[in-house]
Amino acid sequence: MSERVVVAMSGGVDSSVAAALLVEQGCEVIGVTMHLAGASSRCCSLEDADDARRVAERLGIPFYVANWAERFRAEVIEPFADAYLAGRTPIPCVACNRRFKFHHLLARAEALGADRVATGHYARIARDPDTGERRLLRARDAAKDQSYFLFDLGPAQLPRIEFPLGELEKTEVRARARELGLATAEKPESQEICFVPDGDYAGLVAAVRPGRVPGEGEIVDGAGRVLGRHPGVQHFTVGQRRGLGLAAGRRLYVTAVDAPRNRVVVGPEEELGAAVAALEGVSWIAGRPPGAALRARVRVRHRHEGAPATVLPGPDGRAEARFDEPVRAVAPGQAAVFYAGDEVLGGGWIAAPLA
Amino acid sequence: MRIYLDHNATTPLREAVAEAMAAALRAPFGNPSSVHAEGAAARAALERARGQVAALFGASPGEVVFTAGASEANNLALQGFLRGPAARGRHVVTSAVEHPSVAEPLAALEREGWRVTRVPVDADGLLDPARLEAALGPETALVSLLWANNETGVVQPLERLLPPLVRRGLAVHVDATQAAGKLPIDLRRLPVHLLSASAHKLNGPKGVGCLVVRAGLALEPWVRGGPQERRRRGGTENVPGVVGFGLACELAAADLAPRSAALTDLRDRLWEGIASKIPRVRRNGAPHALLPNTLNVEFEAADGEALLQALDLEGIAVSAGAACASGSLEPSHVLLAMGRSPSEARGALRFSLGLGVDEGQVDTLLGLLPRLVARAREATAR
Repeated sequence: MSERVVVAMSGGVDSSVAAALLVEQGCEVIGVTMHLAGASSRCCSLEDADDARRVAERLGIPFYVANWAERFRAEVIEPFADAYLAGRTPIPCVACNRRFKFHHLLARAEALGADRVATGHYARIARDPDTGERRLLRARDAAKDQSYFLFDLGPAQLPRIEFPLGELEKTEVRARARELGLATAEKPESQEICFVPDGDYAGLVAAVRPGRVPGEGEIVDGAGRVLGRHPGVQHFTVGQRRGLGLAAGRRLYVTAVDAPRNRVVVGPEEELGAAVAALEGVSWIAGRPPGAALRARVRVRHRHEGAPATVLPGPDGRAEARFDEPVRAVAPGQAAVFYAGDEVLGGGWIAAPLA
Repeated sequence: MRIYLDHNATTPLREAVAEAMAAALRAPFGNPSSVHAEGAAARAALERARGQVAALFGASPGEVVFTAGASEANNLALQGFLRGPAARGRHVVTSAVEHPSVAEPLAALEREGWRVTRVPVDADGLLDPARLEAALGPETALVSLLWANNETGVVQPLERLLPPLVRRGLAVHVDATQAAGKLPIDLRRLPVHLLSASAHKLNGPKGVGCLVVRAGLALEPWVRGGPQERRRRGGTENVPGVVGFGLACELAAADLAPRSAALTDLRDRLWEGIASKIPRVRRNGAPHALLPNTLNVEFEAADGEALLQALDLEGIAVSAGAACASGSLEPSHVLLAMGRSPSEARGALRFSLGLGVDEGQVDTLLGLLPRLVARAREATAR
């Protein structure tokens, strides 16, 4: 009997082609769409489920919906809103991957008698022929690479995951979709944060946590001088320039968000640099921290090419990334992910940038 | 070979019904409202079917209003009666375990100013006559009850619930969608004024149902637009569907007693097998007051949605909670109303049997289920 694999099908082109490739390889593929967000979302809505259902029908595979909107709210959306209220800049995609695609969906796969879960992520998993250990690598298509969002996977998940698109360019994926006559071949790219389709994070925070949204506060400079007023810290993220409404002679950026005092701290571009990032919740692809400090290229947000740094593992899942040169806009709540060449070694959550 | 155990969601057509409908798609094709021979032939087919449907319920043909299904019939009953001249107040009494096609129209009426009282059920899913009576007031215009529950199969004791309502002169609507064709129904003995039913739950076609409106009851039309159905439901009649509904009712009436007995045996065989082979299971719903075909089982610490999908991959169709629900996120409101916790309700599966199910199929299911439940429990525990 062929191997049974569950494919997370979002209705988009990538996961559709991932499913098609596994069918071609002779796997017994089961398509599952996770219904995660309500009707207002562009992602994981029931219309997307209908797209995925059409693709599954075309591929001749069984298809199911996993109804997890309630869990998604509790495990992803509420922590996202709370992070903004705490002055951080969250990346919900990491939690969505870890909790949904590679925890709940893995459990669903197990209940369905499938050993593995495949997704349409652009990333690669390599197996060490000697030890059998898995390594996580960037995708061949560097522009589409999503390995940053997968840093907190480990030995418990990686042997049970497949990324069929890891060796393909996006153009090849679209071409495959057209060849296969998939309904989703020309579907536009999804947004970066799927459950905030209009990009109005502050509006989402207010909807999720009504009554906890702070009102107006002060905009101050690094010395504590009040420069103006802002409509609430949830509107701001480190590195932001727009929306400050200041009539200063020079360009000012948000350098810190002080949630307890409902203050936004601003400064000139040179004050945006951080030489060290204090990290928490650090995890390692190998499942254990390295014995000593290591050299790595550290990416501090998805669209960051990475900066050379020394990573010092500490106790209790903490670490420090000491950059060779100060890095601009190191925002608490984002992930710092450690790379050696194409390989992801691990990563952690930015607790605070240190000068 | 697939094993279909979801007859409360819908049923396969009886072969004779399919044949009668296929013929009726071609002839008579006329509009039943037309005067000419083509119209008259269609009208005759319609009225023949009306007689067959009326007979299943012990009603007279003139009391049967054809609709596009039970959901429409429920809307017509509630909206049509409460907005009509016979409603003597603006208060409605119903139960906490209604189908959405009753619960949602009532919620809409509530937003317009009607008062709605939802009487709770006990842990077995049953209504208590005293609690129902206590909910009544001088403003009460209508009592609307689901006779047999689609999720649990629990059959409300109408013979004890209805007499006090009748003594007060109240109008009663009963949603008999699941009861029709499974339980004997005789409106000559049952004091019900409005009764909803659907063809596709009794091996007839989808898209056809009826509201039985007892003689003399005034009802506003809900679908306006013509004189059809004695001005109670506008629109050209679905003649082939109605023909199928009529024959399905006649055939359901003909074999009701032996079919019920056989389904009860199969259902009990299934439950006894589950209870003896699988630990930590519980049957939902009063065992002495169930439809003959329905078994609702909670598999403790298993995810019903995962179990349903695992069974489907093995070729067996069952249901977790209500079926309308590809987008449903909530645990079953029926099981919650019976006092189950959300996580208990999420572990429930509904097996609903019907025509074509035999002992071999039940035994095949019993052979697979212990392993699938164990696997689902391990996955949930991670």
